[in-house]
Amino acid sequence: MTFLVVVGIAIVRVRNLLAVTMLTGIYSLLVAMLFVLLDAVDVALTEAAVGAGLLVILMLATISLTTRKEKVHATRQSLMALVVVTITGAALVYATLDMPRFGDPEAPAHVHLSPRFTQESPTEIGIPNMVTSVLASYRGMDTLGEAVVIFAAAVGVLLVLGTGTVRRRRDPEGEKSGEASEQS
Amino acid sequence: MEWLGLYNYWVVVALMMIGFYIVIAQDNLIKKLVGLNIFQTSVFVFFISLAYLEGGTAPIALEGVTQYSNPLPHVLILTAIVVGVALTAMGLALVVRVQEAYGTIEEDEIHQQDDLH
Repeated sequence: MTFLVVVGIAIVRVRNLLAVTMLTGIYSLLVAMLFVLLDAVDVALTEAAVGAGLLVILMLATISLTTRKEKVHATRQSLMALVVVTITGAALVYATLDMPRFGDPEAPAHVHLSPRFTQESPTEIGIPNMVTSVLASYRGMDTLGEAVVIFAAAVGVLLVLGTGTVRRRRDPEGEKSGEASEQS
Repeated sequence: MEWLGLYNYWVVVALMMIGFYIVIAQDNLIKKLVGLNIFQTSVFVFFISLAYLEGGTAPIALEGVTQYSNPLPHVLILTAIVVGVALTAMGLALVVRVQEAYGTIEEDEIHQQDDLH
């Protein structure tokens, strides 16, 4: 987990956007490994496929359409930002002191809904994987909403980028924008 | 060793603050989206940490196992990951349009060009 923070700091420092993209992929894989350790195998699969795969492809497409180097500029607001971030972080760390301890069986999250799902869903729904039965049955409306969001995002990307033929262009690089919308 | 039980949450806070810092302090729009992504992932790690149960296994029914980690946060995060990548795709598409309209994706340069008009 500490390695995650190291990669995060590296992302802040590195100026080359291609390297940032690679670090994002590494970061997603690390998070996926962490999810496996925390017994969340379905989430780990999704994170590895979506975070380390799809997201990196999308970012590479964007970088190829825009620029690869981040410009170095005067760090005028950085100090201010650092102060804000430190205060917020300190407040959040103070808030964690009230949290139930990691893996505590008496934590509120494990007392109420969890026994219902873990004990009865295999017989009620008939499949052993509880994540799937909760996803598709108990919280089916959420999944429908998720599909709507993805559809809206796909329509939005297509509208923003267009098909690459009708729009006026200011530079020749605009010709590639059709590829990016396909990859989305 | 009581404080070790909070270590996960502290890593989550550190990651969240790294993402927050990138979003407010860096001018490059792609970098900002990466920061947003880190922020988002820290929330995912937080939820999955809450779902973890000492001595439990992954929530797939097995003979003789009674302790499972909580499946509900897993479902919520599964949905959130997919929604998050949809939003990032949308943001990256907007970045491409900004590049076409302004010729740059540095926020301070965009502001300069806006002030000129």
